[in-house]
Amino acid sequence: MSKHDKKQCPQNPNRRRFMQFSAAMGAALGSGIGAPAFAAEKIGYPEKQQLTFGFIKLTDMAPLAIAYEKGYFEDEGLFVTLKAQSNWKVLLDGVVSGSLDGAHMLAGQPLAATIGYGTKAHIVTPYSMDLNGNAITVSNEVWKQMKTLVPHENGRPVHPIDADAMAPVVEQYKKQGKAFRMGMVFPVSTHNYYLRYWLAAGNLNPGFYNPLKGDVSGQLDAQVLLSVTPPPQMPSTLQAGTIDGYCVGEPWNEQAVFQGIGVPVIADYEIWKNNPEKVFGMTAEFVHKYPNTAVRVVRALIRAGYWLDEDNGKNRKEAVKILSQPQYVGADAKVIAMSMTGTFEYEKGDIRKAPDFNIFFRDNATYPFYSDAIWFLTQMRRWGQIPKAQTDNWYFNVAKSVYRPDIYRKAAESLIADGMFKPSQFPDFKTETGFKPATDDFIDGITYDGHHPNAYLEQFEIGLKGNETV
Amino acid sequence: MKTLSLKWPSPSGSSASKPSPVSTLINRLMRGLGLPVLGIGAFLLIWSVAASHINTALGKFPGPVAVGQQIVNMYEQYQHAEAKRARFYQRQEKINAQRVAQDPSYKPRIFPYTGPPTFIDRIKTSLITVLSGFLLASLIAIPVGIVLGLSASMYAMANPIIQLFKPVSPLAWLPLVTLVIAAVYTHVNPLFPKAYVVSMITVMLCALWPTIVNTAIGVASIPQDLRNVSKVLRLGWFTYVRKIVLPSSLPMMFAGLRLSLSISWMVLIAAEMLAQNPGLGMFVWDEFQNGSSQSLSRIMVAVIVIGLIGYLLDRTMLLLQRLISWDKKAVLR
Repeated sequence: MSKHDKKQCPQNPNRRRFMQFSAAMGAALGSGIGAPAFAAEKIGYPEKQQLTFGFIKLTDMAPLAIAYEKGYFEDEGLFVTLKAQSNWKVLLDGVVSGSLDGAHMLAGQPLAATIGYGTKAHIVTPYSMDLNGNAITVSNEVWKQMKTLVPHENGRPVHPIDADAMAPVVEQYKKQGKAFRMGMVFPVSTHNYYLRYWLAAGNLNPGFYNPLKGDVSGQLDAQVLLSVTPPPQMPSTLQAGTIDGYCVGEPWNEQAVFQGIGVPVIADYEIWKNNPEKVFGMTAEFVHKYPNTAVRVVRALIRAGYWLDEDNGKNRKEAVKILSQPQYVGADAKVIAMSMTGTFEYEKGDIRKAPDFNIFFRDNATYPFYSDAIWFLTQMRRWGQIPKAQTDNWYFNVAKSVYRPDIYRKAAESLIADGMFKPSQFPDFKTETGFKPATDDFIDGITYDGHHPNAYLEQFEIGLKGNETV
Repeated sequence: MKTLSLKWPSPSGSSASKPSPVSTLINRLMRGLGLPVLGIGAFLLIWSVAASHINTALGKFPGPVAVGQQIVNMYEQYQHAEAKRARFYQRQEKINAQRVAQDPSYKPRIFPYTGPPTFIDRIKTSLITVLSGFLLASLIAIPVGIVLGLSASMYAMANPIIQLFKPVSPLAWLPLVTLVIAAVYTHVNPLFPKAYVVSMITVMLCALWPTIVNTAIGVASIPQDLRNVSKVLRLGWFTYVRKIVLPSSLPMMFAGLRLSLSISWMVLIAAEMLAQNPGLGMFVWDEFQNGSSQSLSRIMVAVIVIGLIGYLLDRTMLLLQRLISWDKKAVLR
């Protein structure tokens, strides 16, 4: 047990205060509740000690594996079982039904579930698991044709590669009467949105959803047909020729290189620098019923995220070893090591430095920013998953009911009070508003400001905006 | 090869000269032990030659040597996991002791191990699932079979349904079972995990038919003499079933049960893959998903273990069948 447990008060007098605190969240954020040491409330014992968390076999489940293997969960008095899930739908259903207490989730999942797109359930996230970590891979055949259109420097393709280079291949498929198909992992996955963003930035229409008319395939008016494939099955589906490319997290892009069946063309941080990726999701009911447990889970995860990025990633090699165990990701260590240790192999032999491929802690990677939530909501609107216009306020309110920086803050402040972290390692909670500054670090240079979602959507040529419907 | 074949009696020559007891012994040994060993040797040879020519995306297909090494490897992993399990319980005692010291009102609990199931755990899970599914199927199928066997009209009524469902693959049942279980079995903390119930019910649905059909045939083919005797003695229905029907249909019933059990075992592996019941089927699926260079040989180890267990289950049923069969001369294999 670590020392913070010795300081705990035996009872749980803070629950009511906690509830008030979270209710007043939106208003309280900017006002500040005193010096960190004073604000840090003592966290009571966990109400539920035996927990089961779900995950999908991807390297960005690492914070969960590390929190388990390094004993961070046990330090909080939590006995956690980690269970691999076969796909994102099964995982979400597990959390909704209560057979899972929490899970490694796609950032879009808690948002979509809360607004009732797909499975309806109020799911919240107090912890963002990582930044970046995905890439887009195409089959060898597609790459062979694309490569001739990509400018080269010193015999190597110049990155980032735009989807424009793929357009002639798609055109040729169309002439032959074939559909150009790509895989992504879930309709509300970050992968779906980043893949669509990349395609649309290259003037390829990825198609629209229209849930009002019952269309959830997302292929209306599409030039490139997108469909769902579970992450671990991406390489084999590509090899079978069912899809011509895909967008997925690691290690399933490097696996394609390793197996010689495809070539990654772009990493998602080249589409949007330091984009938010997975989140840790729990039901609103769980967080309400077991507030201490929720904060303690976040404490363990913050420590795990920090461990993963500590000292410029000195622990990453050990992390790779842990992740390569069959119960976690299970792929070969050398495949996982590719993206986890600061490099990324595009075409076979074309290994490039990629220090930002996976960010688990630095740059406030773990803090659940409202502006990230709003970005995903804008993309749901852009592609028709949100079929009708919504006000800017609606976007804020959804973000506030799903993203729970209040829980994160409690966990962070108690870690600071325990002397395990310094305040400088977290956002400045006194001034923090939950919004990242406006940025134009996108592949098409369009500026995103989370305060003005509707104005942001107006800037896109392809995509719904204003009162448009499909 | 040649030296071996010399010792075999040629069909025409052996009857002329009486074989000595020694040569009979050698002959028996040859057939009982030598030939199977030879067969296995040939199989290993073909396997290793074929394996070295198969290149998959995950590297070369594992030959016998690679699989042998993997067995050693997995045994080491098993020991490692067991040590980890022991440490987990030790740690937990310490955590509990510390907490009780600070918080005397706390009633310590020992939580079950949170780590992944070992290979041995998986074998246990698979065996429990298959046997419970099989048992449930037998409990339904034997009475149904007896009723159908006793009444030709009942049989005629049920036959089309039996014939329709008998060839249905577990993969077709599974989605239906999953959804129905999800709707019906909705405890928050169920006694049995859903994945187990789904796999078990799927196994049961596929294991019903051979037992029903064979029991019905066994009951229907009771010799007329026995039926006449029961009529002369004016046996009641239950006495008739107990004293005449059950004993005389037992051999057929057991033939059906044996078929059902081997079908159950085959179905189980597929059901576990899809329902994610943490047994051997899920092990194979997980390894397939992992796609590491070790995956193929680990799957091969599982294949061999699955085969071995299937063989042992079948032998056990055969033993029971022999014990119960009244016709000791019948050749059962």
